Amino acid sequence: MRFSRKRHGGIEAKLDRIEAGVLTSLVGDLLALLGDDDQAEQDPLAALVGMPNGPVERPSDPALARLLPDAYGDDDEEAAAEFRRYTEADLRAGKRESATVVLATLAPLLDRGGKVLLDREPQDAWLACLNDLRLVLGTRLEVTEDTEFDPGSDDPRQQALHVYGWLGWLQESLLASLDPGAR
Amino acid sequence: MTAPAELDLPDVDESTDEDRPWVAIVWNDPVNLMSYVTHILMELFGYSREKATALMLDVHEKGRAVVSSGTREQMEHDVSRLHGKGLWATLQQD
Repeated sequence: MRFSRKRHGGIEAKLDRIEAGVLTSLVGDLLALLGDDDQAEQDPLAALVGMPNGPVERPSDPALARLLPDAYGDDDEEAAAEFRRYTEADLRAGKRESATVVLATLAPLLDRGGKVLLDREPQDAWLACLNDLRLVLGTRLEVTEDTEFDPGSDDPRQQALHVYGWLGWLQESLLASLDPGAR
Repeated sequence: MTAPAELDLPDVDESTDEDRPWVAIVWNDPVNLMSYVTHILMELFGYSREKATALMLDVHEKGRAVVSSGTREQMEHDVSRLHGKGLWATLQQD
């Protein structure tokens, strides 16, 4: 599978059944990690007066913390908490929205694979979601800039690193189709 | 008994602190693709490919780069948008 640009600004990719299944499963994990709207604890009084009452703590899961980072450095934890309280719910919602678009694109391909044609809006969703998938996987695998996939190695992470590398390649091909001037 | 001494306070111009602009900083991380960071800087800030590429290389080589500056509110908005795209960004007063 790789993305390529078609006329009229559309971008096309051909996926086989297995690729569509792997992506669907990864995006499902991402959605589970992001949680759903109702999961956020609601303070009834704050909700009644329309006050923002989102979380103030950085998530303890490192992968989720990477998706929802602090907006202020470590020397200003108070500002970071206040900012998070006002904005984290929207950030989560935006990421869920992109993930949902990707799932919808993949759904018809789960049985036999096939072609996807992405218009402008789903292109952005795919790009952002592929990046979120790589952030989660990269954080879990503790990748560094020097991490390489080596099929001969007995590192137990190799299979996951292979998927991580594949996602990177997919994202590069999408970027190359979006920015034909970049190469 | 002595009279309270006149405190010899340093001559601080209090307006300077307020006037210093805020900046949005993108930090290097091992996951984001260089081509992706360039693409996002062009898309979010309308930068030319040259400018976005130079900023991306600063992030990659120096570990961080200031990608925009303005009021605190503007920088909070920019950092929110950068987080929405998965870039690791913070704001601070310059």
